[in-house]
Amino acid sequence: MDKPRLFIELKQEQHLELLKRMYQIRFFEEAAGRYYRKGMVKGGIHASIGQEAVAVGICAHLRTNDLITSTHRGHGHHIAKGADLNKLMAEILGKEEGYCKGRGGSMHVAAFDIGSLGAFPVVAAGVPSAVGAGLSIRLHKDDRIAVSFFGDGALGQGTIYECMNIAAIWKLPVVFVCENNRFAVSTDCSTSIAIEDFAKMAESHGLKAYQVDGQDLEKVHYTMFRAVDYLKAEEQPVFIQADTFRFEGHYFGEPEVNRDKDQIRQMRESQDPIERFVFWLQDRYEDDIIERIDQVKQSAFDEIESACGFAENGSDPAPETYAEYIYA
Amino acid sequence: MPENGSRKLTYMLAIREALQEEMRADPHVLIMGEDLARHGGGFGVTKELWEEFGSDRVRNTPISENSFVGAALGAAMTGSRPVVELMFMDFAMVAMDQICNEAAKVRYMYGGQAQAPLVIRCPQGGLSWKSAAAQHSQSLEAWFVHIPGLKVVFPSNAYDAKGLLKSAIRDNNPVVFIEHKALYGIEDLVPAEEYLVPFGKGKVVRPGNDVTVIASGYMVHFAQEAASRLEEKGIEVEILDPRTLKPLDEELFYQSIKKTHRAVIVQEANKNAGLGMDWCARIQENCFDWLDAPISVLAGEDVPIPYASSIENQIYVSTSDIVRAVKEVCYG
Repeated sequence: MDKPRLFIELKQEQHLELLKRMYQIRFFEEAAGRYYRKGMVKGGIHASIGQEAVAVGICAHLRTNDLITSTHRGHGHHIAKGADLNKLMAEILGKEEGYCKGRGGSMHVAAFDIGSLGAFPVVAAGVPSAVGAGLSIRLHKDDRIAVSFFGDGALGQGTIYECMNIAAIWKLPVVFVCENNRFAVSTDCSTSIAIEDFAKMAESHGLKAYQVDGQDLEKVHYTMFRAVDYLKAEEQPVFIQADTFRFEGHYFGEPEVNRDKDQIRQMRESQDPIERFVFWLQDRYEDDIIERIDQVKQSAFDEIESACGFAENGSDPAPETYAEYIYA
Repeated sequence: MPENGSRKLTYMLAIREALQEEMRADPHVLIMGEDLARHGGGFGVTKELWEEFGSDRVRNTPISENSFVGAALGAAMTGSRPVVELMFMDFAMVAMDQICNEAAKVRYMYGGQAQAPLVIRCPQGGLSWKSAAAQHSQSLEAWFVHIPGLKVVFPSNAYDAKGLLKSAIRDNNPVVFIEHKALYGIEDLVPAEEYLVPFGKGKVVRPGNDVTVIASGYMVHFAQEAASRLEEKGIEVEILDPRTLKPLDEELFYQSIKKTHRAVIVQEANKNAGLGMDWCARIQENCFDWLDAPISVLAGEDVPIPYASSIENQIYVSTSDIVRAVKEVCYG
């Protein structure tokens, strides 16, 4: 996505492009959920439905050659970064045409062509790779940045703090993005992380830290703008805590023993990041925006349908190829 | 006699020379680990490299093994060729997630998109490097051989150490490079001109017709001593050093055993689920009809490594153990 980077300065086309990305993520994961319920996906699918504004607001500031590390809940990061929807959906169905040729699946997807070093579903395990990417960038002396996405659950892992420390002492261009959806599987982070203000933990490791309402695309976009600006000016890593909410369980089919059903319904009704952005657009633009929004929505829907068609027509990896791609 | 241009070099200096040559040849090679710079790393291997290559490429890390191995992986996937030093191989256990779950698997699970040219140097072992006790003496090679996606190298002498490390740095896969601490001071002839030792190619350290002894790392030296003593008794021992534990030159084992019909495997690590038992099973699967005696596996005792010499001395395989085992497989 091109500059200018300030949200308010974006053109209508650019705003609609961001909306489209959010719809793509939503429709992609809804389609994955259908596959799961039909039994077409055997492995776990972790949907980020409800969290779309974080991925889209952060990645809006990244170029194709900027680098990200993702998590088990990573479809949104990949789509926001510009991944090929066909290859992404084919990977969910375990097809040879998928990004990882059916070897990784939903949880272990990567898209090196658009700067994704991969989903690291061992919680927090991708953060060191983002630090290493930052190190390569420093050594190559170029102006790329590396972004590591992780959840609130990752704050229980020591490697997060080690990585913040290393990134700070080496002055690496890394953005640590904590998507705080408040729950690690069934565990409420208020019962597993000692302090509520995660930013303080980052600040105590020498990082500039930001906190933002992750349901508000404009605010996420602005926060990332400020964070990248600071990172480039000061040559220091930064930390963003984006408070968000997942509308689905930890994975499709999760029993949801701990989350309050009423709260989930309420969040869906009042804190849907797509709905909120649609309201923002209606407020910002003339009446004909409604038609444009519908077009964008339809177009995103059609693209996902098309990706589903591509994936369903894909081929299963040939049985005898199980040992390919172990060594370079 | 030294061949033209060869000189005697210790195992440690041979490793340093490999690092230095590869860093000179390829600006993407960097080394990282605890106290690597002025201090020269845990054992002095990287001394003088910081002075030549500077802080960008000779990086002191905090004591965060899991994270700096992981950072090396991220750097490796983005065009750098990092060589990490773990001060003691025992500390690799702190970094197991990044080594075994991440580095070993990124290429496979991402369908060939990722390439991770990463070397993890691991000083291991006890024996004449004594009294380092339970958390600074272990031999953990089997842990890594077990993981698909890793390569595991274990040189027994300076010549192999240099040639194998240069190959490891040029390899596009994660390589666990094991150095035996007791070997650091041992000299060998090392050519002045550049050479590589390829992976997956073992070496006949000493030819013989009566019994095959397989050993790696420091144990090769014990096997050589035992072979000299056995020669006096008229037993010709053939010693094999696989040099790389993964890929493993199994064919070398089978060819030798089809000739000698007897095998003794020697390892410093304890026996349980170790490489000796693995190799024993492979030989049995492939050479059963050629064997004239049960395969003997000599290994360390299944105990944590003790501190006091009086008990530490009890737990390792000795030269006498090898002599005894060879006689047993020869005479029954």
